[in-house]
Amino acid sequence: MLLISCPNCGPRDETEFHYGGQAHVAYPEDPYALNDREWAEYLFYRDNTKGAYAERWVHSTGCRQWFNMLRDTVSYEIQAVYPMGTPAPGGSAPGTTANTAQAPEGASK
Amino acid sequence: MVETAAATASNNGVREARRSPAAHLAGTFEAASLAGVAEIKEIPFQTMAGIRVQRDSDAGARIAQVAGGLPATCGEVVERDGVSVLWLGPAEFLVIAPENAHESLGGDLLPALTEALGDGQGQVVDLSANRTVFELSGTRARDVLEKGCSLDLHPRSFKAGTALSTEIGHIPAILWKSGEDTFQVLPRASFADFLGRWLVDGMREFASPEVP
Repeated sequence: MLLISCPNCGPRDETEFHYGGQAHVAYPEDPYALNDREWAEYLFYRDNTKGAYAERWVHSTGCRQWFNMLRDTVSYEIQAVYPMGTPAPGGSAPGTTANTAQAPEGASK
Repeated sequence: MVETAAATASNNGVREARRSPAAHLAGTFEAASLAGVAEIKEIPFQTMAGIRVQRDSDAGARIAQVAGGLPATCGEVVERDGVSVLWLGPAEFLVIAPENAHESLGGDLLPALTEALGDGQGQVVDLSANRTVFELSGTRARDVLEKGCSLDLHPRSFKAGTALSTEIGHIPAILWKSGEDTFQVLPRASFADFLGRWLVDGMREFASPEVP
């Protein structure tokens, strides 16, 4: 069981929270300009990081507010909790950049 | 004449027809309670209003005047004249008042709150039927809750006059410590039956005669 420190409510059990997937996936500036592949990548393609990973969480049975969290996907260590709309601390950790422009493996076949 | 007016206010027919979410458990609660050790009862039909407003806005200030204040931090409860305001989120509050504050019984809490909000950003919603209230009291009340609530309920960290939104027996509920040995548990109405029975089950060991 993870003990997650909600920015509003303090440390609570993981079961009080819901996961919101990868953080910092920006909505395309002009969705109509995207072709099907780019749109599919925006919708469905996410980083699968080993190590520090920025993700969104919501404290659903508490204050019902969203926040971002930097969590190590190997050790489950929570490295940072920071508000929505702010960049990830450190910045360079994998999964902390906006959905990368690189095509996913095998996409060009 | 006075009698008739009073009768109309409290007996407009709806009140008698209402059945509280845990009404069917009243006998179970009574049988499971042991005075002073672990007691449970339902306090049905409390008037509740959900408020969503920014505290520091003009509308927030107006609502605070009517409600008696808006709590600033997690856990804080503001009480004035029997009306309590619980903190649910940075811009979300729950007002709890006695049954007769509802306009169906002649009260004016909700219209007053709605008027205070005016055209400001936010909302005032009648949530009186959303939750029911279980009052769990007695010297063993904390032990009962600790069986299914992962919060630190020790008095040094959970003080009387604090309310937290959490999970009790895997049920999302608001836990409000209204007195040193008194807890108000507010589950949603549809969870009242399950959580009521769950609490009774947790009380059993304390409310039974001690095995020598």
